[in-house]
Amino acid sequence: MTITFYVPRDSGALALGAEKVARSLQTEIDTRNFDARIVRNGSRGMYWLEPMIEVETPNGRIAYGPVKASDVAALLDNGMAEGGVHPLWLGLIDHHPFLAKQTRLTFARCGITDPVSLEDYRAHDGLKGLENALKLTPSEIVAQVTESGLRGRGGAGFPTGIKWKTVLETTGSQKYIVCNADEGDSGTFADRMIMEGDPFVLIEGMTIAGIAVGATKGYIYTRSEYPHAIAVMNEALEIAREDGVLGSSVLGSSYAFDIEVRVGAGAYVCGEETALLESLEGRRGIVRAKPPLPAHKGLFGKPTVINNVISLASVPVILDKGAPFYKDFGMGRSRGTIPLQIAGNVKHGGLFEAAFGLTLGEIVEDIGGGTATGRPVKAVQVGGPLGAYFPRELFDTPFDYEAFTAKDGLIGHAGLVVFDDSVDMLKQARFAMEFCAIESCGKCTPCRIGSTRGVEVVDRISANIEPEKQIEVLTDLCHTMKFGSLCALGGFTPYPVMSALTHFPEDFRPAPIAVAAE
Amino acid sequence: MQSASTDIASRAIGIIDQLKGKEGPLLPILHELQDEFGYVPPETLPLIAQALNISRAEVHGVFTFYHDYRDHPAGRHVLKLCRAEACQSMGGDALADRARQLLGIDWHGTTADGAVTLEPVYCLGLCACAPAAMLDDEVIGRLDAEQLEEIAAEVRL
Repeated sequence: MTITFYVPRDSGALALGAEKVARSLQTEIDTRNFDARIVRNGSRGMYWLEPMIEVETPNGRIAYGPVKASDVAALLDNGMAEGGVHPLWLGLIDHHPFLAKQTRLTFARCGITDPVSLEDYRAHDGLKGLENALKLTPSEIVAQVTESGLRGRGGAGFPTGIKWKTVLETTGSQKYIVCNADEGDSGTFADRMIMEGDPFVLIEGMTIAGIAVGATKGYIYTRSEYPHAIAVMNEALEIAREDGVLGSSVLGSSYAFDIEVRVGAGAYVCGEETALLESLEGRRGIVRAKPPLPAHKGLFGKPTVINNVISLASVPVILDKGAPFYKDFGMGRSRGTIPLQIAGNVKHGGLFEAAFGLTLGEIVEDIGGGTATGRPVKAVQVGGPLGAYFPRELFDTPFDYEAFTAKDGLIGHAGLVVFDDSVDMLKQARFAMEFCAIESCGKCTPCRIGSTRGVEVVDRISANIEPEKQIEVLTDLCHTMKFGSLCALGGFTPYPVMSALTHFPEDFRPAPIAVAAE
Repeated sequence: MQSASTDIASRAIGIIDQLKGKEGPLLPILHELQDEFGYVPPETLPLIAQALNISRAEVHGVFTFYHDYRDHPAGRHVLKLCRAEACQSMGGDALADRARQLLGIDWHGTTADGAVTLEPVYCLGLCACAPAAMLDDEVIGRLDAEQLEEIAAEVRL
């Protein structure tokens, strides 16, 4: 019988040496001359255990990690092919507490299947959502998505069904589905993991969106920083075309749909939806004023659905299992699950998909296991470079769109970056302004000029030049940026700055010697 | 010299012709030119403008807006170090200082021997194994000072 090993091709695993591990395993298989194959799966999202090897056994998949290439021979000597015990042995992977506690709906297959095997995809409930969608009218599909309560997972949290309904009801000679895969927020990698680990779910979600609103063409706009995701996506698209999932007759139906991957060029602001559309059209990534909404006049002036990767990748399970099933998870107006990305200085960093409602403290301390350095947690930045820094005092905040807004924060794309007590919050506030200055598209003054002035003001605080007055100026500047900027880049940069100032005021009144010591 | 620039022009025209039929072809063309030449030769910008029937100013604006596009060749290797928050939380700033010191160059600089160009990058999506870097096409997680020294030595071989 052929033994099946799994070694991830996810770039997080590759960054930790998965390629060397896979090569070493292949060499050992060849040398020992036994019947085995290596599947290059996506990642389970437990990055402190990557590279992780799994082996298929009659009882389930047994995992080993983190594995170095030099461990492979010893693992095989200890009977890894049969799931034998070794210091790196993790047991049945499905029983691992980090996975067992999750509710994996969007990431149901990620790390389990071969990402570029459509047979695997079908065998694990793939395409069922699309098959169901083909039996419904477009407005019935939209109604399902609306009823599920799915909201934009890119950060804005706008109800996906409402967006689709607007495009469905807008007439146009051509409509588009644009997938925003420009995942630029530090601390986030869910889009990358889906594209690398289960690309067909995104293809399926976009195809359902196309059928629902009457669009025949889709674009995935992703980042040049994601070469592996681009490669896997393109490979999967080719397979989907050959197999008739995409093309002039989607799964043999009367609907046509095709998708193309487009690559950005290192501009963070292109994650803003209208800047993204400008970039796709071949222009500078300059934010557009709204209205008109992209749903009315989007790509090339045509009605366009623009959704985040995770929003689109959550659609197949909704159409497969039904809106009530999905809606049953979550709290308040935040329905379904959210793939939390636990990152930075954290012991158990990775992707944890769960229903909304876990508290920040549970996520960081219980699931994340505290800091990697073993020092106390000082702050957690939630929602990327435009998200607020949360102190321990706010660890009881439940992970929910409204609850975070109420605490002057945002959940954004659900990335959490943990910092230990060595972090200097004044420095983090400066970085927020600096980043905004580097990435500003330049269209509106509060963002373009405000960010540069912000860096200067923070520098004066560091230099202890009339700090009280500077703090007043900084507060006023943040107010202007928040309410005067055209998009979230300038508008949300005040979140990290003001949260740092509000929750960690001691860092803004540093004794000069303390700064030098840091 | 004459023949070199004619060669660039003819290769560029081939790329432009192949891609100009796409919807919104400008970024794909610039990417392909950079893949082909290692940078976007300035003399190709008017060719793009002509083929797409847009102004040279428009092409120049797009070319200079995006951080990725270069107007001159990079070093033989490109080392990108992530400077974003998740990597900062794991000592990324200190590593970045060390890299600049080891290579004797600042951000966007290329060593005098042409071996390596150092670029900042804001997130590689490797935030759960920070600090992260990318050497040419190879992604690197949990970068430490020792590994950085190995890289600095390796790229100069």
